[in-house]
Amino acid sequence: MSQILPITVSINGNQYQHEVEPRLLLVDYVRQVAGLTGTHVGCEHGVCGACTILFDGKPVRSCIMFAVQADGHELMTVEGLTDDEKKLHPLQQAFWEAHGLQCGFCTPGILMTLLPYLKENPKPSEAEIRDAISGNLCRCTGYQHIVDAARLATEKTHST
Amino acid sequence: MKPAPFEYFAPDTLEAALDLKAKYGDEGKALAGGQSLIPAMNFRVAQPSILIDLNRINELRYIQKNGALLIGAMTVQSAAEHDSLVAQHAPLLFEAIPNIAHSQIRNRGTIGGSIAHADPASELPVVCIALNARMRTQSKTGERWLEAKDFFTGLFTTALQHDELLVEIEFPYLPVNTGYAFTEIARRHGDYAMAGVAALLTLDSNGNCQQARLVYLNVGDGPVDATQAAASLAGRKPTQEAFQVAAKIASQKEMSPLGNVHASAEYQRHLSAILTERSLAKAYERARTSQAS
Repeated sequence: MSQILPITVSINGNQYQHEVEPRLLLVDYVRQVAGLTGTHVGCEHGVCGACTILFDGKPVRSCIMFAVQADGHELMTVEGLTDDEKKLHPLQQAFWEAHGLQCGFCTPGILMTLLPYLKENPKPSEAEIRDAISGNLCRCTGYQHIVDAARLATEKTHST
Repeated sequence: MKPAPFEYFAPDTLEAALDLKAKYGDEGKALAGGQSLIPAMNFRVAQPSILIDLNRINELRYIQKNGALLIGAMTVQSAAEHDSLVAQHAPLLFEAIPNIAHSQIRNRGTIGGSIAHADPASELPVVCIALNARMRTQSKTGERWLEAKDFFTGLFTTALQHDELLVEIEFPYLPVNTGYAFTEIARRHGDYAMAGVAALLTLDSNGNCQQARLVYLNVGDGPVDATQAAASLAGRKPTQEAFQVAAKIASQKEMSPLGNVHASAEYQRHLSAILTERSLAKAYERARTSQAS
């Protein structure tokens, strides 16, 4: 009875080919089938933002999409930011330096939200940063250090 | 929290999608952006046996003007949010869209999907009623044009037939000398609003109110069109007192909020009244400025 469909997905520039059930959520595909566990599963109904990834360059909630919908599309997950643990992406480096995380559960979703946002809005105000991350819940930081990290990231980009 | 099994189709063309709707009817649930349907499936509140995914139908993604603003049903909300035609020709819609959930949701959620979902708490049905939008639906046997007021028939219910899809929404331009405003209040940015209103105000040549429109979200089975409140403004001077009278009529006589954990029914009425005054003041300012220019 259960239908199985072949999909080809590009994640962080690598091609993945699998056969999946249509009901498999994209986030579960990314984590359990493709093995990229940097993307986190929080609320599973599109509220917390922990599962945010880039779908054809745009941030989306991967917990409220199906893997079959990603067939032929390009995804980017937090693993795509750097392939060298000793050399973090400037955005990650800013989070490190500004103490932009405590437990870190929400961080991948916040990074994938901020990455395209800061590209399009290189000099956001504090209010704009808060608006940009309003779809990502963090239960540790109180957000202040996340905002600081985002500002530091923009400063780093401008100084280099 | 995982969806129940279903059979999946992802047609490339509208014609193929309509074939599937004709074959499966209500059993074949249309999947637009999925930002409401898939959460419901994750909770297993919704367990459709067949999903017809419309996301590969690129012919339903467009924003055009042709005597009115025409938006293809599968246009994502974030595309309309940043579109100059929308800003220019449907400024009320333009002002309302950023209130829909968060940017990540708007990157996936569609204009037509939100309208067909007909959630009383959502912004787009309210905008459709306020602007007298028209919905173009299509089935194997032909197309229909439905007025917004006839399209929304109740809680999560529309006039769409079992073999039909919503394919296009037509937003008429604002009449001359008309100001607009969309305001809402949510506990947190992006949450469902506790109250919200779309207001239109048209001024006559003397600067008095000629006509008005006040449509509310989350205070009834669907968009609540407060016609008595709007009628109370006709012929009046656009003063704060007149706006307060309209706000009182709308909030006390024309809505039936249910109240919830975030806001009691009485508080929803209170917020609706405050938002009415604010929206009318903003709409008046815009109408006055457009008249002066």
